[in-house]
Amino acid sequence: MGMKNRMSGNEAVAYAIRQINPDVMPAFPITPSTEIPQFVSNMIANGEVDTEFIPVESEHSAMSAAMGSEAAGARTITATSSCGLALMWEVLYVAASSRLPLVMTVVNRGLTGPLNINAEHSDSMGARDSGWIQIYAENNQEVYDNLIQAYRIAEHTDVKLPVMICQDGFITSHAVENIELMEDAPVKAFVGSYEPEHYLLNPNEVMALGPYATSPYCMEAKRAQAQAMMNAKQVILDVAKEYEAISGRSYGFFEKYRCEDADYVIVAIGSACGTIKDAVDELRQKKVKAGLIKVRVFRPFPGEELAKALASAKAVAVMDRCESYSGHGGPLGAELRAAMYENKNTAEAVNIVYGLSGRDLTVEDAKGVYERLSEIAKEGVTDKQYTYLGLRE
Amino acid sequence: MAGAFDFKEIQEREERLAPGHRMCAGCGGTIAVRNVLKALHPGDKAVVGNATGCLEVSTYMYPYTAYQDSYIHSAFENAGATLSGVETAYRVLREKGKVAEDYKFITFGGDGGTYDIGLQSLSGAMERGHDMVYVCYDNGAYMNTGTQRSSATPMYADTTTTPSGTKSAGKPQYRKDLAYIMAAHKIPYVGQTTFIGNMKDLYEKSERAIYTEGPAFLNIMAPCPRGWRYEAPDIIDICKSAVETCYWPLFEVIDGKWILNYRPKNKLPIEDFLKRQGRFKHLFQPGNEYLIEAFQREVDLRWTQLLEQCEGGC
Repeated sequence: MGMKNRMSGNEAVAYAIRQINPDVMPAFPITPSTEIPQFVSNMIANGEVDTEFIPVESEHSAMSAAMGSEAAGARTITATSSCGLALMWEVLYVAASSRLPLVMTVVNRGLTGPLNINAEHSDSMGARDSGWIQIYAENNQEVYDNLIQAYRIAEHTDVKLPVMICQDGFITSHAVENIELMEDAPVKAFVGSYEPEHYLLNPNEVMALGPYATSPYCMEAKRAQAQAMMNAKQVILDVAKEYEAISGRSYGFFEKYRCEDADYVIVAIGSACGTIKDAVDELRQKKVKAGLIKVRVFRPFPGEELAKALASAKAVAVMDRCESYSGHGGPLGAELRAAMYENKNTAEAVNIVYGLSGRDLTVEDAKGVYERLSEIAKEGVTDKQYTYLGLRE
Repeated sequence: MAGAFDFKEIQEREERLAPGHRMCAGCGGTIAVRNVLKALHPGDKAVVGNATGCLEVSTYMYPYTAYQDSYIHSAFENAGATLSGVETAYRVLREKGKVAEDYKFITFGGDGGTYDIGLQSLSGAMERGHDMVYVCYDNGAYMNTGTQRSSATPMYADTTTTPSGTKSAGKPQYRKDLAYIMAAHKIPYVGQTTFIGNMKDLYEKSERAIYTEGPAFLNIMAPCPRGWRYEAPDIIDICKSAVETCYWPLFEVIDGKWILNYRPKNKLPIEDFLKRQGRFKHLFQPGNEYLIEAFQREVDLRWTQLLEQCEGGC
């Protein structure tokens, strides 16, 4: 049922957008996501989609126009990276609290300081508390599959939250890889048409959106929004099951790679997981019990499920492609180690910051991490809990 | 377009901004919104947008909304972009047969949300040609946060961030002329007005803005009793004085053609406008005559430029 092809991650996203055929796309170019609005503009110019593109003057306006469009009753998508996402920040929260099922494809790139255009998760990780569902991809196949599932999750009546579909800048967005695409018809049938319950242009009722909410109401609104994020867990799994039935590809909150009997486990997000899998394979040949957990869904955070998946590990390295400047590690490190504690998982766990601003993570680097984990399993953490990998000394 | 201006008929139209909102007595913003919305022809549907500000927090405080039409507020600086998204969705959904009714799109922002923090969003929405009206109710300061200066604040006004004092005469800078900036966008319609003469000018400009195809911008001087420091009933006299002194000329730019809508028979000195407001009180202290003279020079200069722009006036 699939079609073999080869394309970049950005092309895969554009291909999925063509199949989904959203109503409106406001976007502003920023490296490395620029190709996505370009591809869509070309598809519009050639009549391949009937999406209306809004060439906004900034990402702040991209997210604002996206909000307006989605609220009006149109299925809406946008794309961005890095500082573009940062400029949207304020409106991300407003969109989520307005319970608008927008979808945004994020091509992860470091936030400026210093300016750099390469892969890092500081952009979307910074937005981790904005109320958006976040789903990450290892490669172009996953970003394609994730995007097709996005609206089904966002628009679900138990959820009604915006979704970010993330992939790593350049590493997956620009690298051309083999991919298996779906035919248009099953994708369209899977995604379905958008029939919002309430929207601004409903001729049968008027609607007001974006109130000033005083203390007697505001806290309840936030709690209800938190509930939607909790509800999203089941919906994400259900949608993945349905998607598996038509695609043959299986997805969950995370992927366990050779973890069944693993003593030493790395937990990471994104493209680096492909490299780490190679390291695992090499080590397994040498009878080293190495494993990997690749986190796909970061919001909602599957803390309990992750902690349980790590129940038999002797030592864990949580890898962050993001510095959170807490002085205490990265965001995945902080949240996962807290979840392990809560679930009485007492495996030794360290937090490693790697790959900032596009720095390569090599198979040798990953093997070094497993070596360190084997020492930690024997002797405990003798050096620091929070370290950098691949840093020039 | 409707026929001749019929004050009674228009005022008897259903209020689209319902009573019960929390705006102050004597607030110009409320008068602006009520009257702009009355220019919608009865039965026509609209989506109303709003920048964060007094108007938003006073008219849509959960769980009560004063709007009879669908309404969207997102943030302070993005009223232009937000409504541009709504308008685009409308065109798409109409094309796809999902919406059959006619809708008009009108968004309101104060001068803070329009001249300053929202200028980029406004400029973008107008340049892209969305069929919508952006209405600025210009009260010349950030009133919602307590009268801080904006780029629309007139020179020498006493605000909480440009207080008059022994070493300060109030705001040091002249005000930005936003209507000119919007006219430079070469959009089909720009109008500047305020509340005079039974709201005829306001009504006609609102109607023209709403029923002109493409982007339209309306700048309405909307006094604020708290920030300008006047008694609520004085608002109409202040507006009249602003026009008679040529501080706030009434004009419009239709498809690039500048039209002066009113030329005072006897242009009054600027003191007539300044003396009615507490924010200019310090200008009338002995020794400060030169400040009023400077204010007058600026008003005269801008008036002359406007007359030239309108090719000799009306």
